[in-house]
Amino acid sequence: MAKSDSIFLQLVSKRQSRWLKRLQDLPLRKVVAGSVGAFCFLAVWQLVCMVGLLKLPTPIRVISDTWELIINPFYRGSGNDVGLGWQILSSLRRVAIGFSLAAMIGVGLGMVIGSSRLLYEAVDPILQVLRPVPPLAWLPISLAAMRDNEPAAIFVIFITAIWPIIINTIVGVQQIPQDYKNVARMLRLSRKDYFFNVLVPATVPYVFTGLRIGIGLSWLAIVAAEMLIGGVGIGFFIWDAWNSSLISEIIVALIYVGLVGLVLDRSVAFVGRLLSPGDE
Amino acid sequence: METLYSLEPSLTATNHLRIDGVSKSYFTPKGIHVVLEDINLSVQNGEFVCIIGHSGCGKSTLLNMVAGFTRPSCGEISLYGVPIRRPGPERMMVFQNYALLPWLTAYQNIELAVKSVYPHKPSHWRRQVVEEHLELVGLTEAAHKRPAQLSGGMKQRVAIARALAVCPEVLLLDEPFGALDAITKEELQDELLKIWQNHKLTVLMITHDIDEALYLADRVVMMTNGPAARIGEILEVPFPRPRMRAQLFENPQYCRLRNRVMDFLYGG
Repeated sequence: MAKSDSIFLQLVSKRQSRWLKRLQDLPLRKVVAGSVGAFCFLAVWQLVCMVGLLKLPTPIRVISDTWELIINPFYRGSGNDVGLGWQILSSLRRVAIGFSLAAMIGVGLGMVIGSSRLLYEAVDPILQVLRPVPPLAWLPISLAAMRDNEPAAIFVIFITAIWPIIINTIVGVQQIPQDYKNVARMLRLSRKDYFFNVLVPATVPYVFTGLRIGIGLSWLAIVAAEMLIGGVGIGFFIWDAWNSSLISEIIVALIYVGLVGLVLDRSVAFVGRLLSPGDE
Repeated sequence: METLYSLEPSLTATNHLRIDGVSKSYFTPKGIHVVLEDINLSVQNGEFVCIIGHSGCGKSTLLNMVAGFTRPSCGEISLYGVPIRRPGPERMMVFQNYALLPWLTAYQNIELAVKSVYPHKPSHWRRQVVEEHLELVGLTEAAHKRPAQLSGGMKQRVAIARALAVCPEVLLLDEPFGALDAITKEELQDELLKIWQNHKLTVLMITHDIDEALYLADRVVMMTNGPAARIGEILEVPFPRPRMRAQLFENPQYCRLRNRVMDFLYGG
């Protein structure tokens, strides 16, 4: 394997090989640094808990306690007693519905509001007041509005994610350079041509910044919301584990939540890069 | 001797673009700010007119009104007797910072213009027009590059090609070569002259470069300093065409004209 690699390296041009080398070196350094960092973190955790500074299970204890849980993510018991994979998936489903609604309505509203100064001035105070409301503060309102746990949880996601999406879309529309608008006016571009050739490409990067903040907030909100509404979902799983004093399970669930949040953030960023008009 | 004060617009049949008693003022918290006052100018068919003046004297405001981006506070601007009320493809503007859409290639930038102005023409006709104009500015090779991959001079060539591709009556140039280096600037000036002569265009161009104005223009309109800028003097540039840059610079008459503009702009 190593030998075929070296032959391959000789075959490609000098420039390419330098590029390849960088590609090979960089992840290795990152992997090593990351592993060392993680190891140190675990070691400190182990030490702090062994000394008794924190009354938490040590990392080794966590793994031995939850081994069954870790190796059977798609275990199916009765009622809420299902594997972590199912718990995560049902949380993801709620986020997917709430976030998609927020994205569609938020981007649409943002484009309309951003295109009209009067509308913007009318709506801006509302946006400024509603934006900083913490996600969980919406839960009682949405329970009252929806009268049911499931739609209430989805509504919380929706209402949490929509503000950054609307606001960033508005900013995106408002920052379209006057020159582009002047060109469009001069050529008398049709609404359709203006929308697809000026408005959308100019705002895509801003929209995706909003979507990225939105998906992050959704994932924060769903865990908290599920703790209160119950049922299957990673949030309620954590709450349930706390009630049964299964601290190791909570820790494993936290790691799952963190990983899924990371994947969500990176996926939105990736799609954004794919769709962003290349002006590098 | 070569100059004449033509503040009175004449009413001849060849009058193409007419600026008639145009003023522009803005309301500010401190009161009314007058940018331009009583501008009268008529530009004839196929004429090349340069407007020169200090920055902030309202040259761009004047050009923006001809383009239709803003309306005069009083007076009227008309093209072939039709008052100008909004921007349109018969008055194409070339901007100093090119104003190309960065997500479209050179080809697509021009194509969008052609498609928008001639929506009912067949697509092979449009393709031909776009390709012709890319060739005209020598950018056939770079047709499928995005503006970010092009130099400043090439970007301005694309912008000029885009403006010409829709066959405008008047070409409006707002300091088009201001951001370019000296060599590229001279190249583009020569190309512009060639295109102007071949296409029988009417050109209204803003510049703050005296040599550029004298090299390109039939008439140089000199604006007084703002606020409330007016047309101070209109200079006829009598040199025969095609003009040779090197010979022109040695011509004593050129020096006289040049000094005259210098005196106007910087003198007492």
